[in-house]
Amino acid sequence: MKNGDDMIEIKNVSKWYGDFKVLDDCSAVVSKGEVVVVCGPSGSGKSTLMKTVNGLEPVQQGEIRVADTVVTDRKTRLTALRSRVGMVFQHFELFPHLNVLDNLVLAQTKVLKRPLAEARERAMLLLRRVDMEAFSEKFPGNLSGGQQQRVAVARSLAMDPMVMLFDEPTSALDPEMVGEVLEVMMQLAREGMTMIVVTHEMGFARKVSNRVIFMDRGRIVEDCPKDDFFERRDERSERARDFLDKILQH
Amino acid sequence: MNYAFEWGTILRAWPYLMQGLQTTLLLLVVGVVLGIALGTVLAICRMFGPRPLAALTTGYVNLFRSIPLILTIFWFYIMMPGVMRVLTGDPNLTVGPIYAALAALVLAEAAYFCEIVRAGIGSVRSGQMQACLSLGLTRWQALTNVILPQAFRNMTPSLLNQTIALLKDTSLVYVISMNDFLGAAVRIGQRDGRVVEVFIFVAVVYFVVCSAGTWLAGWLQKRLNPGKA
Amino acid sequence: MNYSWDWLIFLQPSITGEGAYGYLLLRGLLWTLAISSLSWVLAVAIAAAVGIARTLDFVVLRFLAATYVNIFRNIPLLVQLFLWYFVVPELLPTAWGTAIKRMDPLLNQYFTVVVGLTLYTAAKASEHIRSGIESVSAGQKQAGRSLGLTTAQSYRYVILPQAMRIVIPPMTSDFLNVFKNSSVALTIGLLELAGATYQLSEFSAQPFEFFAAATLIYMMITYTVILLMRAVERCTRIAGSLGAAS
Repeated sequence: MKNGDDMIEIKNVSKWYGDFKVLDDCSAVVSKGEVVVVCGPSGSGKSTLMKTVNGLEPVQQGEIRVADTVVTDRKTRLTALRSRVGMVFQHFELFPHLNVLDNLVLAQTKVLKRPLAEARERAMLLLRRVDMEAFSEKFPGNLSGGQQQRVAVARSLAMDPMVMLFDEPTSALDPEMVGEVLEVMMQLAREGMTMIVVTHEMGFARKVSNRVIFMDRGRIVEDCPKDDFFERRDERSERARDFLDKILQH
Repeated sequence: MNYAFEWGTILRAWPYLMQGLQTTLLLLVVGVVLGIALGTVLAICRMFGPRPLAALTTGYVNLFRSIPLILTIFWFYIMMPGVMRVLTGDPNLTVGPIYAALAALVLAEAAYFCEIVRAGIGSVRSGQMQACLSLGLTRWQALTNVILPQAFRNMTPSLLNQTIALLKDTSLVYVISMNDFLGAAVRIGQRDGRVVEVFIFVAVVYFVVCSAGTWLAGWLQKRLNPGKA
Repeated sequence: MNYSWDWLIFLQPSITGEGAYGYLLLRGLLWTLAISSLSWVLAVAIAAAVGIARTLDFVVLRFLAATYVNIFRNIPLLVQLFLWYFVVPELLPTAWGTAIKRMDPLLNQYFTVVVGLTLYTAAKASEHIRSGIESVSAGQKQAGRSLGLTTAQSYRYVILPQAMRIVIPPMTSDFLNVFKNSSVALTIGLLELAGATYQLSEFSAQPFEFFAAATLIYMMITYTVILLMRAVERCTRIAGSLGAAS
């Protein structure tokens, strides 16, 4: 290891679906405590790139490392890694047949082998943090989208992750619920969590992120400090400017 | 029409018919329980197993779904004594047709149940598996704790419908001269020369039981998907 | 087990003196095809009528159609066949019953099986047609009506052409069910493929050859039908419709 501060290292990663190249020689480094926003047009490979970090999307070429674990090594036990890399999905993916509390308890007891009482206690603590403790006995189907996503964040946090991945966490939400989820994420960032966030919320990127990665057609086109990305537009590539124009118009 | 009904014949045949009904119920219960168990295993092999195993399962399912159940029953009827003699090492063993019938029903129905379970697992959003994996659960833990509970809930109506189909299918064991509900009725009807009354009675019993099941399946379906008819 | 295989058994003359075993097996296959094709054609016609009836606003018709479906769906095929074969002739006017009993037994068996199989299959298939029609969106129905089409016209030009395509896959499996279910004919003495297989395996004392052959024939025909219907499906697919995607 060259740098003790590197949390995630993606090195020359390529991936194909059949003949179609979804990821094209992507490299990036995320340091501990950094918040990196990944943006780009749909189909540019940003969600895929993020899912390679916890091995949900296997890659054909390149190397990925999270802390001391080489994800791309076939011998790596992915379950152990994944339990330490939290992930939040666009469509929440709470378990609909379990109540909120059990959604948080399941993986704690099955993966981390925590005793039930301890898992429950930890779950309640995190539900309080996302302001959902009053709903612990409710089922996901009875919650609003924003509430479900806050529970989903708490579910990931219950595993004591060293990194959090967010896959378009607000794009399936009604507009009035976006704020409550972003608020939880900002708080997390302030506490020093290492985060990769795929999102179109440029406001969030401006306020919270350290760096912005812009992807297009499977390639990382831009990877720069957020101020450079938003303020020094003339230094950006044409594609990135085009994207920013479209997304910031409204 | 100048047929003179004589319904008293049903009463006289009652104990015999009830015996037949017991056999039918045995076939039904064993068929459903083992059929669903084996069908679930097959579905998991087919969807999550290594490629050769998945291909083998597909072949199994296609084989049993493309030949008539009657032929399957015949197959086991002629094979079972030989197989059992080899298994037990007793060359003079006699094997009752009930074993052939049970084996045929379980193995054939498992192919149908497999397709239902597969559809049920397919009805669970793929993100659920990803969410489980991202929490560090193994595939097996994800299946047993998250995917299958949702799948079985979604497919209860289909399972119930297939159970009714299985109940109707059990009557086919008549072809190997078993005394199930229908077989008993045929025999008693012929003995007393009263097939008309006995067959009508049998038809009504099947109709009532199957209708109740069909209605229940429809009701469950509506409760699960209030949006759809 | 010391079973001695003899695949040439099909060429040997049967002990009944009716011809080679292979020929007798083939005769069974022809009966299977004769039963299933006629039953299928009739069943589709009835199923279409019943399925449409169940979606109309005419309450009496809807009730009659639903009653038919519920009765014929919820009684085992074999029981229905026995009702047609043993019970119905007794309940008909005496002259008719006698006429049926005096018929050529083979024809009598054939038509009885066709009647039983047709009505059983039509009940199931009509459900597929009904749900096919119901899956055509209510918007399409209203669009038809708002253009001034009569009910008959909107079914003929708007609803049925769309529903038909959705219905192809379930109707394929219905056909395969008729094909397999035709084996119940053996219970009233008509030796179609499965029945012939069983009988010939007893006559020849070489059961496994016959059962293997029958299994292969059933599988081959099933696959041929599936491939054929896939081709039909591909030809009739509508752009942008989900019905075809599976």
